[in-house]
Amino acid sequence: MSDILLEEVSIRPPSARRGVLRRFLRHRLAVLGVVLIALLGIGAGGAPWLAPHDPDEIAIAERYVPPLSADRLLGADDLGRDVLSRLMYAGRISLSVGIAAMLVTLVVGFAIGAFGAYLGGWIDVALMRLTDVMLCFPSVFLLLFVAAFVTPSLGSMALMIGLTCWMEIARIVHAQILALKSADFIAAAELAGAPAWRIVVRQILPNTLAPILVAATLNTANAILLESYISFLGYGIQPPQASWGNMLTNAQSDFQVDAWLAVFPGLAITLAVASFNFIGDGLRDALDPRVRDA
Amino acid sequence: MARYLRNRIGQSLLLLLGVSVIGFALMHLAPGGPLAVYTLNPTVTAQDIERVKHQFGLDQPVYVQYVKWAFGLVTGHWGYSFFGGRPVGSIVLERIPATLELMGSSLALALIVGVASGILAAVRRNTIIDYATATAAMLALSLPTFWFGLLGIYVFAQTLGWLPAGGIASTGGGGLLDRLLHLLLPMLVLAFVLVAQWSRYTRSAMLEILTQDYMRTARAKGLGPARVLLGHGLRAALVPLVTLAGLQLPLLVGGALVTETVFSWPGMGLLFVNALGMRDYPVLMAILMVGALVVVLGNLLADIIVALIDPRIKLTHV
Repeated sequence: MSDILLEEVSIRPPSARRGVLRRFLRHRLAVLGVVLIALLGIGAGGAPWLAPHDPDEIAIAERYVPPLSADRLLGADDLGRDVLSRLMYAGRISLSVGIAAMLVTLVVGFAIGAFGAYLGGWIDVALMRLTDVMLCFPSVFLLLFVAAFVTPSLGSMALMIGLTCWMEIARIVHAQILALKSADFIAAAELAGAPAWRIVVRQILPNTLAPILVAATLNTANAILLESYISFLGYGIQPPQASWGNMLTNAQSDFQVDAWLAVFPGLAITLAVASFNFIGDGLRDALDPRVRDA
Repeated sequence: MARYLRNRIGQSLLLLLGVSVIGFALMHLAPGGPLAVYTLNPTVTAQDIERVKHQFGLDQPVYVQYVKWAFGLVTGHWGYSFFGGRPVGSIVLERIPATLELMGSSLALALIVGVASGILAAVRRNTIIDYATATAAMLALSLPTFWFGLLGIYVFAQTLGWLPAGGIASTGGGGLLDRLLHLLLPMLVLAFVLVAQWSRYTRSAMLEILTQDYMRTARAKGLGPARVLLGHGLRAALVPLVTLAGLQLPLLVGGALVTETVFSWPGMGLLFVNALGMRDYPVLMAILMVGALVVVLGNLLADIIVALIDPRIKLTHV
């Protein structure tokens, strides 16, 4: 997260940079979000070194050991696998899918919005109509429909979620570029003989970064939620590989035996999604000039 | 007004055309095509598949297939389920009332609670009430619906035993009270996410309106705070709020799918998930189309209502 923030900040003059950072830090929930994401990221990224057990190690003797037992901080599941270790490894999958899907929405949304607005004409009309049409499908239906016919993996999940959620970015980019198109520095780049793709990437991209950054953060949150829905319903990441969503697949029966099993993965999803949402909110307040004036 | 309506309806028809093209493309891009389910079955020979292909017209050029399929969609011939062979139209239609019951009641609840809390947060801006509402709304948006539903079942059905764990009514029917008890938990779960959006949206709309001159005028005329807020404030906020109702439809339809699955609510969402397990293509396609249709028609309806209540639109488009 902090990398993205620094990148964003570095293209602004120093005074504005300090202002954005200060306004962001004033947003307490956003700061809490950054801290939580950092913790979740450390837990997930460092799972191979930090996890107390092998996440797939089956210990029938320790089935349904409750949380806070010796050696099992969060207990063990129906096969005696360590819940904490599984949560950490699941976090690798769930967070990666979220971030990778967000990157896909960025690339697709930016390409469609930018080239449509920049090139104009019938290409623009066609691309924007495609955006409208895609917005008509409830994304959960579309995702499940596609997921049922594709072998699920980290990559395919991220691609599918990304390909069903790029529309908002495309619209933001489109609107921004229409506003930028008549700016003098774009005309200057055109006169200098720069090709369209270069103008889009070098001149337009940096100037549309603020609202895209906000949308991307919220998209990450949404992608993590969608992954959990699909995996919960059994069409996403397949066991024994753990994801936060598929750890809840048996939640209904877990509740009758050991309710904690169904609580922790849900908490992890909620914390991750809420953190990204809070960060997005904080970024919006910090970057939006209208809020700035208020 | 009439011209505006004609334009909007024309746009919606174009959208539906696009939706049908993408839906059809998805069906044919899926690995193995619509008959993939049969290729997995060892008792079905290659000749059988050829014969079925011919029967379903799948050996014809793609554009011919599309026209036939789209024509069937419009005239109500939605094909037959792969399992049991019943017409898809009646399978889907009989599920619609249950879904409408769930979606309608959740939307109504979300609207009342969301708008009220949004107004309260705007009026008490930057107080503890405002912050608490904003934080609660954000958490509600972040909660996985299915997990929230499962927790609800655990607490209110399994532990306390106050409410049924799922279904639309007790076996063998049951009275109105029985149906209401069954509705309560799924309705609350589905409404939860929607409330958050309504609350945030109402708050920002009201914040803008509260600073307007006509609000001061209304107060200066000596109107009571309720008349000022509801009669003048909320009246002006209606336009963005009706638009939100339209925009929220994909979330509502998608949320209904997840909620129905968790609560075994016999609506379209549960039908979709069951059909997915059996790869029942015609049923899946039909529900995908109905879902998109609901979204397109809902947005059209929202725009028409906005045009009716916002005098500015009549002026610019007549």
